[in-house]
Amino acid sequence: MNHRAIRAIYLFEMARTWRTLLQSIVSPVVSTSLYFVVFGAAIGSRISQVEGVSYGTFIVPGLIMLSVLTQSIANASFGIYFPKFTGTIYEILSAPISYYEIVLGYVGAAATKSIILGLIILATAGLFVPLHIQHPFWMLTFLVLTAVTFSLFGFIIGIWADGFEKLQMIPMLVVTPLTFLGGSFYSIDMLPATWRSVALLNPVVYLISGFRWSFYEIADVSVAVSICMTTAFLVICLAVIWWIFRTGYRLKN
Amino acid sequence: MSSIISVANLSKTYGSGFKALKNVNLDIKRGEIFALLGPNGAGKTTLISIICGIANPSEGKVLVGGENIQTSYRKARSLIGLVPQELHTDAFESVWATVSFSRGLFGKPKNPAHIEKVLKDLSLWDKKDSKIITLSGGMKRRVMIAKALSHEPQILFLDEPTAGVDVELRKGMWEVVRTLQQSGVTIILTTHYIEEAEEMADRIGVINKGEIVLVEDKATLMSKLGKKRLTLHLQGKVTALPESLAHYELDLCDNGATLVYDYDTKGERTGITSLLSDLRTAGIRFNDLDTTQSSLEDIFVDLVRTS
Repeated sequence: MNHRAIRAIYLFEMARTWRTLLQSIVSPVVSTSLYFVVFGAAIGSRISQVEGVSYGTFIVPGLIMLSVLTQSIANASFGIYFPKFTGTIYEILSAPISYYEIVLGYVGAAATKSIILGLIILATAGLFVPLHIQHPFWMLTFLVLTAVTFSLFGFIIGIWADGFEKLQMIPMLVVTPLTFLGGSFYSIDMLPATWRSVALLNPVVYLISGFRWSFYEIADVSVAVSICMTTAFLVICLAVIWWIFRTGYRLKN
Repeated sequence: MSSIISVANLSKTYGSGFKALKNVNLDIKRGEIFALLGPNGAGKTTLISIICGIANPSEGKVLVGGENIQTSYRKARSLIGLVPQELHTDAFESVWATVSFSRGLFGKPKNPAHIEKVLKDLSLWDKKDSKIITLSGGMKRRVMIAKALSHEPQILFLDEPTAGVDVELRKGMWEVVRTLQQSGVTIILTTHYIEEAEEMADRIGVINKGEIVLVEDKATLMSKLGKKRLTLHLQGKVTALPESLAHYELDLCDNGATLVYDYDTKGERTGITSLLSDLRTAGIRFNDLDTTQSSLEDIFVDLVRTS
């Protein structure tokens, strides 16, 4: 294994984060804080408790997931799309490095950034609402699993995209709606029966449900199902990436 | 001299059906400077891209340092440094960071002394902390060479290294290439500047429409450059030449209106004086004459046209 190459890509990507600190870290933290102010304090004060948890506290896991999902996709897709756009991808493709090492470098860095961001948002949330994490191990497991899975998904989007519009299309038109409708701000039990069934088709429901369970032991679906669904999505992403590199799709002529 | 790159029966057909390379066979000798000439779209960049791992071959085999570029790609690629035609750079990185990144990417341990030497050799040392976006085009080109040399490759590909570069910088680039060759690096450069191939190369290959149409030592090609051509524009048309002029191997052209004589300027005698005298004796008169020297460019144009 070319450890030095993985390290080079990883550190290069992380350096980009520190260079664009405002955009990478500060901006998501500010927008999440605004969610707390609007949903937690302003609207939340008029909403009764959800399954024994105050509304402000209830939305914390969903808000973290919202940021982790969108930032994982944004980081990884931009990370691989930008070298394609500028042409510097030639160096990656001509280096003595295997495909899974390339993925480890890019996805590892994207996931690391999202995890750091998730933890910062968690700490920020602690300033607004009282927090207690029932299962810290599972909380971290869900956080890491989600960050890695959606960084892989972002990597696929970055390779697929042949313009900035496409780069934004999936995150804007698919992922953000799925996240908002996936129970970030409510329990799907609050929905009418029909919509509840529809909501169960949304993979994000399982992520948020599992993550929320690790905080408060309240979940829309069973934890085992949450883990299985997340792992299944991870496996699908890995399979797609394996196919991309095997065929050279959008990378090699 | 042993081959460091061996290309056998290499073909490349793009998804559109366009055949960029057709059964290419080529050997690059260790330590030489090989110039690959060809018009735009001839297949130069495709050939380099396949050898370096950027494009997949459709057929054929490539060995780099004896290693197959597909089955033993790590060993093969670690021997190669590539400077592509376009200026692809990380605009917001510093020179030092981007060159160090390249070394890491090729799996080499950190070696600040080597990076320093490369940057100094390329006159980039005082720019090491500058962001690439602030550099001139010529400097960016040198940064790309520095990146390619960061992992101490045995082979350096320079794809159109002096395209759009001013004369001063071009000469500086040639100097860098010569120094690299002296340090044992094999250099393959593609160019469509004949002058560049003449100046730099040990051997010259010509590629056209995806086929290698010539590979020759520059010295052999240059000996052809020693030939000059005397063209005599005759007063009247001549249908046949007398036997007394046979040993001059003259060519009658333009339906007998011009007479062409090829001679070697480097030979002891050019034969021009005796030819003119023998023509007078034979009663062949002319009203004008001119001489031309065949250049590498003529050879190249002829090859490209006939292929």
